[in-house]
Amino acid sequence: MTGLIQPGLGLLAAIQEGVPIRPEAASSIAEGVDRLYFFLTGVTLFFTALIFIVIFYFMVKYRRRSDDEQPPETGENLPLELTWTVVPTLLTAVIFVWSSSLYFRNSRPPTASTEIFVIGKQWMWHLQHPEGVREINELHVPVNVPIKLTMTSEDVIHDFYIPAFRVKKDAVPGRYTSLWFQATKTGVYHLFCAQYCGADHAEMIGWVYVMNQPDYAAWLSGGARNESMAQTGERLFNQLGCITCHVADGTGRGPSLAGLYGKPEKLRSGEMRPVDEALIRQAIVNPNSILLPKYPPIMPTFQGQVNEEQVLQLIAYVKSLGSEERKLKAK
Amino acid sequence: MSTVVQPVDDLAPPESSRVHYLNAKYGVRSWLLTTDHKRIALLYLVSITLMFFVGGAFAVLMRLHLIEPQGTLVEPDTYNKLFTLHGIIMIFFFLVPSIPATLGNFLVPMMVGARDLAFPKLNLLSWYIYVAGAILALYSAIAGGVDTGWTFYTPYSSTFSHTNVTAVAVGVFVMGFSSILTGLNFIVTIHKMRAPGLTWFRLPLFLWAIYATSIIMILGTPVIAITLFLLGLERLLHIGIFDPAIGGDPILFQHLFWFYSHPAVYIMILPAMGVMSELITCFSRKRIFGYGFVAFSSMAIAVISFLVWGHHMFVTGQSIYAALIFSVLSFLVAIPSAIKVFNWMATIYQGSISYQAPMLYALGFIGLFTMGGLTGLFLASLATDVHLNGTYFIVAHFHYIMVGGTVMAYLGGIHFWWPKITGRMYPDGWARFAALVIFVGFNLTFFPQFMLGYLGMPRRYAVYPVEFQVLNVMSSAGASILGIGYLIPLIYLVWSMRYGPPAGPNPWKAKGLEWQTPSPPPTENFPEIPVVTEDAYEYAKPGGHRE
Repeated sequence: MTGLIQPGLGLLAAIQEGVPIRPEAASSIAEGVDRLYFFLTGVTLFFTALIFIVIFYFMVKYRRRSDDEQPPETGENLPLELTWTVVPTLLTAVIFVWSSSLYFRNSRPPTASTEIFVIGKQWMWHLQHPEGVREINELHVPVNVPIKLTMTSEDVIHDFYIPAFRVKKDAVPGRYTSLWFQATKTGVYHLFCAQYCGADHAEMIGWVYVMNQPDYAAWLSGGARNESMAQTGERLFNQLGCITCHVADGTGRGPSLAGLYGKPEKLRSGEMRPVDEALIRQAIVNPNSILLPKYPPIMPTFQGQVNEEQVLQLIAYVKSLGSEERKLKAK
Repeated sequence: MSTVVQPVDDLAPPESSRVHYLNAKYGVRSWLLTTDHKRIALLYLVSITLMFFVGGAFAVLMRLHLIEPQGTLVEPDTYNKLFTLHGIIMIFFFLVPSIPATLGNFLVPMMVGARDLAFPKLNLLSWYIYVAGAILALYSAIAGGVDTGWTFYTPYSSTFSHTNVTAVAVGVFVMGFSSILTGLNFIVTIHKMRAPGLTWFRLPLFLWAIYATSIIMILGTPVIAITLFLLGLERLLHIGIFDPAIGGDPILFQHLFWFYSHPAVYIMILPAMGVMSELITCFSRKRIFGYGFVAFSSMAIAVISFLVWGHHMFVTGQSIYAALIFSVLSFLVAIPSAIKVFNWMATIYQGSISYQAPMLYALGFIGLFTMGGLTGLFLASLATDVHLNGTYFIVAHFHYIMVGGTVMAYLGGIHFWWPKITGRMYPDGWARFAALVIFVGFNLTFFPQFMLGYLGMPRRYAVYPVEFQVLNVMSSAGASILGIGYLIPLIYLVWSMRYGPPAGPNPWKAKGLEWQTPSPPPTENFPEIPVVTEDAYEYAKPGGHRE
């Protein structure tokens, strides 16, 4: 019986406290999203109330009083038709402009974001900081710092959702998606998977810890000393034998990777592609799909030999070799 | 009730001896081999009612399970199968065929003044195809179930799920042909078999809605068939269309799936809007306000509905410019719906409104559909959709449209045409009571889900954090009321078939050709093909057609 009473009491307490109407707003975009949400709620309530009141009024006023009653004929009314076509059109236009401009602002990460890597896997979240710290189902971030998440999935589509930040993005196998936020309040917030992903979808949840800068620095340096992602990537680069062809001075059978990141490359197909995370990933798992004109198609695929986490470490290593931007700046 | 029972037409023979479509022949064969559109409508009615209660039973189990955060009833695996089967059965085997296959089948020939649909045998075939698809779906439910969600997203469905995905996909694939054949039959019938004098702009608006729906059925259903076919190939042969491990693209599946499944929303709601125009005019004795606007808004919805599928995919990593276009088109599709609602309200204005059961369902539809439509704006808006996508807000939104809208109109239509279909009246008091119970139960079930969604509770969770419990308990309480609300009509409608008082040809004093023939109609519908001399809904002319 106690097993039943306990949750019952909890429920009673929750009812007394009342049900909140919005989740905690703990990111730089949350208030803006909430304003739009409350405006839309206002529009919904206004029109719903209007329609209910008018219907009830008509129901009473025009109720049938005798069985052979004959109501007067109402003619067509073009101005009225145009009014209720134009008013909703204008209203939705306002909502569209508001929501789209907000979305544009919300979806562009500031250039100086700290990057963290996310891999969804049935049924857990793997997170990796560039400094090398790895977490499962927990994400520690500093407050007031823009964070950019680069995400992929090891198996099916997942979705990384932090309600308190009003952010959500799918983690899709075979490609990178990104998401950014800037937490504004320290605290602990829910992390949910919001794309159904199989048996334990509802257990693919975790917590986001937003910490003060000093606490975060202490947390990051605490525990066992880790090598950075780029260092792990370099070790892999040597172990897998990538280094035998991708020689740094450009004399190898494959292109040198130094300074490659960010540079546009012309493929054999004639297509121009910037060297970004997606292109490097593609080069590792499916090299024949992005052949370069000057190099023979001899690279084997590494699909199945490296997991998504290792691919990200290799990418981190390639990025650490310098980017086109930095070379230009040095000149 | 005295207003309802009309004296039987003087010219008609006594009810007991008159031959009509129900007593023209007896025996199982006479039903299973019938080509009479009215009998086929009843075959569909029985089949989809069965599917509705099976799908509803899954929903009741889900709501029972969610009373407590850790779940009360089943393992997560089983819960996942429950919501999957609930969705598949309700959408593909109840909502899509609901109004078109039952009321549409019964009414399209009668409303155009014809003796049957253009292709009666094809019509029977479409029912058999439906039954074959339904049996496959039910078989897979019994033999272990399926757990992909009704959306079958890849690569989960193609590579990772170990359940009966292929059997269910084949079931839905097969059922699709029944939709296509029904749509084809309606289009040809409306084009070619209208009675003399029945011009396009004299058609009842129900037919405009059915016509628009049929176009979507014919153009959209092949795409879902192709999609499910590819899914089956991927599962069986690993051809690599959707599997990223062998060069495929899992997001491609979503494009293909929603290219059908968003228009399918309008396959489900447009016929309901058609029913609404019939009910509102009859029970306020008014001509429809803005006939042309209501008719063309159906066509506008049919066209635009094909251009909004990307709004299901705003958080997949879709380009923000693509998202922008899908957003603006999604707002655009809301406007024809708003036009319809305002025109229905203007129709009631200065009417002579009576509150028999069908009208209560119709008024309930206006309220719930309005809320469902307006909450759609939250999801067409990019900035709020990011937060709301994949949460209970979506669940609440589409249930307001599909259940608050389509099911209310469907029940309103069944109550309106029941006297025509069976020749008997049901107890109106019970029917009004049921409408009220359903309205209350529905709101209690789904309104809390809007709040759950904004608070961040994801859908398809077998267990959930404790802070969401209060709203979940409210929703489950509402579901139990709603469940009872749906059982009441089942009981009194079945009762009325034997014990209900005779209805007479036109108990509601409605216009429309279907009311000009006895109830139940003779097998050939009309003794003589009628000649139409006036517009639809001429309620201002006393007596109307029957004079």
